[in-house]
Amino acid sequence: MKARTRFLIGGMLVMSTAGYLMASSARDTAVYYLTPAELEAKLVADPDFRDAPMKIGANVVRGSIVRQPGGRELSFLMTDGTATYPVVYRGVPPDTFTDTEDVEVVVTGRLDSEGTFQATELLAKCASRYESVPGEGGGYEAGTPRYPDPGAGDANSAPAASPIS
Amino acid sequence: MILLGELSLWIALLMTGWAATVSFAGGRLRRPDLVASGERAIYASTVFVALASAGLITALVTHDFSLRYVASYTSANLPFVYTITAFWGGQAGSMLFWCLILAIYAAIAVFSNRRSNRELMPWVTGTVAAVLFFFLLTTALKSNQFARLDFLPPDGRGMNPQLQNPGMAAHPPNLYLGLVATTIPFAFAVAALITRRLDGAWLAAVRRWALVSWFFLTVGIVLGMWWAYVELGWGGYWAWDPVENSSLLPWLTGTAFLHSIMVQEKRGMLKKWNVVLVIATFLLSILGTFITRSGVITSVHSFAQSPVGAWFGTFLLLSIIASSYLVATRLRDLETPVELESMVSREAAFLYNNLLLVGMAFSVLWGTLFPIISEAVRGTKITVGAPFFNAVNVPLGLLLLALTGIGPLIAWRKASTRNLKRQFAVPLTAGVVMAAALLALGMRDGYALMTYSLGAFVIGTIAQEFYKGVNARRRMYGEGAPSAFVRLVSRNRRRYGGYVVHFGVVVLFAGFAGMAFREEFDINLEPGESFTAADPYGDEWRFTSNGVSVYETLNRFTTASALDMQRNGEPQGLLVSEKRQYVDTFGNPTFEPSTEVGILSTWRQDVYLVFVGVTGTETAEVRLTFNPLVMWVWLGGALMAIGGLIVMWPQAERRKAQSGYMASLSPRVAEAEARALEGV
Repeated sequence: MKARTRFLIGGMLVMSTAGYLMASSARDTAVYYLTPAELEAKLVADPDFRDAPMKIGANVVRGSIVRQPGGRELSFLMTDGTATYPVVYRGVPPDTFTDTEDVEVVVTGRLDSEGTFQATELLAKCASRYESVPGEGGGYEAGTPRYPDPGAGDANSAPAASPIS
Repeated sequence: MILLGELSLWIALLMTGWAATVSFAGGRLRRPDLVASGERAIYASTVFVALASAGLITALVTHDFSLRYVASYTSANLPFVYTITAFWGGQAGSMLFWCLILAIYAAIAVFSNRRSNRELMPWVTGTVAAVLFFFLLTTALKSNQFARLDFLPPDGRGMNPQLQNPGMAAHPPNLYLGLVATTIPFAFAVAALITRRLDGAWLAAVRRWALVSWFFLTVGIVLGMWWAYVELGWGGYWAWDPVENSSLLPWLTGTAFLHSIMVQEKRGMLKKWNVVLVIATFLLSILGTFITRSGVITSVHSFAQSPVGAWFGTFLLLSIIASSYLVATRLRDLETPVELESMVSREAAFLYNNLLLVGMAFSVLWGTLFPIISEAVRGTKITVGAPFFNAVNVPLGLLLLALTGIGPLIAWRKASTRNLKRQFAVPLTAGVVMAAALLALGMRDGYALMTYSLGAFVIGTIAQEFYKGVNARRRMYGEGAPSAFVRLVSRNRRRYGGYVVHFGVVVLFAGFAGMAFREEFDINLEPGESFTAADPYGDEWRFTSNGVSVYETLNRFTTASALDMQRNGEPQGLLVSEKRQYVDTFGNPTFEPSTEVGILSTWRQDVYLVFVGVTGTETAEVRLTFNPLVMWVWLGGALMAIGGLIVMWPQAERRKAQSGYMASLSPRVAEAEARALEGV
């Protein structure tokens, strides 16, 4: 057998091992990534869907965070404007998790029988963290100087929307 | 100065447009006057991009809050260093920073090739200018950092506290230096394809650039890991986040290229593969920029959705189409007459090394793009997380580690059985001894055992290589061991620098494997209350709360928790973690509170304290973690960087030293020495 053929066989072996690992672990670790509205639609179509592992990307409803004293449990409401779900999370939330400004969260977990999302993982990104999204710009508390970001660069975030201008 | 900066941006844009046009035309029509004009335009645009950058820095330093960019990212009370780093802290500024690096690289590439590679240079200049033109155009039209507010705010918004960290100050520039450097090899590959001059010349010209890119990517990635570890407070340094992945992708293919280039140099094989790797590395670095800025993939690190995303998507697509066309039409020119002779040969080891690195890159790419792919195919977004990436990359990484030890031991072309026996004895013994020792000590984690045994095997290989090299010199010239060592490395920088990088990789892997043994405790402590826990080494730690303190500093209010530490009864000092609320010049809070973790770092492990909050007024809620061998990760990264520096060290000096030295020997001795230094 030529060395080239042998190398190709070896290469195929390595690649198929990698392919197998990818396929099997993708099956085991894949989770749905939905918005609350999409979750609602899925639940209408199939009530058992609540048991599927999923990630939900949504916004934190302002002022909705309730922290349990002493423990590491907190609850809040998440919404995408269409559907809203209560969330319970046990653990240490990241610094970015707050309800005093627009914060996007990605929670991983399942929906319990009462319709509360039991989150095992919580990621948060402040919308104005590294950059503001287009459309952001108004709604800052008066007296706190905050400005729309340059990256947004469209009419929605014109400085006129700022309360102190 | 600020106005001048804005004007310079537009002039630079015109200059690069001109440079691209006349360079391509000059190459096509073989008109040296056009080519020369294109090169002068490159120098000019570098000057103007530098002026534009100077304009933005002036605006930042003088706190000109009428500029949206300045008002959005800085405030009057921001420390000076971070006022400067705000240059690349935001989307718009980082785009300009990217242009600045590319312009400087372009000028260096043009200047250093002013007398060499003349057939290729028009196309190289043209390609780099076209890329720079695209970046400047996107900057000027879609994310202009000189945009003004129509009112003058009293103060800026300030910088996000998590970005006020030395790691974050140094991580982006290094990463950008690495990502942007992939453009020059890409331009050379395009030039070689267009002119069909696909011999070794273009490869020799890009090797150094590929190294520069690799070096800065390595440093940038490790600094990013360090920043995440000390600043984000979740206790780890790598989360397989899409943004992290997108910096790893060009690193993987770039590393593959640095290895496969040796096969083409030595044996003339892999011509096609090398061209494809260079192009893929560039495309992946553009893809990374696209992912980070477009918002197509959700990541906690990314810039928010912005209009530059669509531009990058288009640019990426055009680049893919153009390079695929070039490669497809040049396939026949890339044929090589040389065949692989044996599976047991250095080149076969390199081939497998490439296969593994590209396989890892593919799996990371696949996992990162999975949400997009699944949405396109099945209509629902499905994501894969860290378990997916670990399941694939840990086994592949271990195979790669094994090859790191095997590769240098086998000869080019075809290794003999005698050669194998002689070469493998010591390293294999080292690996087996390590495995036995760890088993005896009670380590049962399979992957960790493999990592440490393979690590010992690789170190055995490296040590043997150094020993043989030093011995050869001692025998031949009667040099003492230390001077033989220094001369060995300095006369074969590429080879022994490479071994230093490999050594760094082993240390890095050892650090990764250490995390298999991490332990985490969530506790609440009243003042004076103690908590006792055993670390992964079995030592007993006692943490006593000193209570919670509240105080005010320069630009923030701080709440802190301090724990007194004892290990096996011996005092280990105080560990402090803080919650900081940053304020602006008027004392108003800016941003959400941020956590500063407390870390006691030793070579054995890090004790990592995160202050979660306060119950009542005095009970501290904390998370305590033992993170074994984290310091090894930073150390491994540093060793890799040092190795990279040794390999990169200016060649001219080395060539002179070596030729002078070699000329003083008779040809036969010189040949013998060369053979001895080859080691096999």
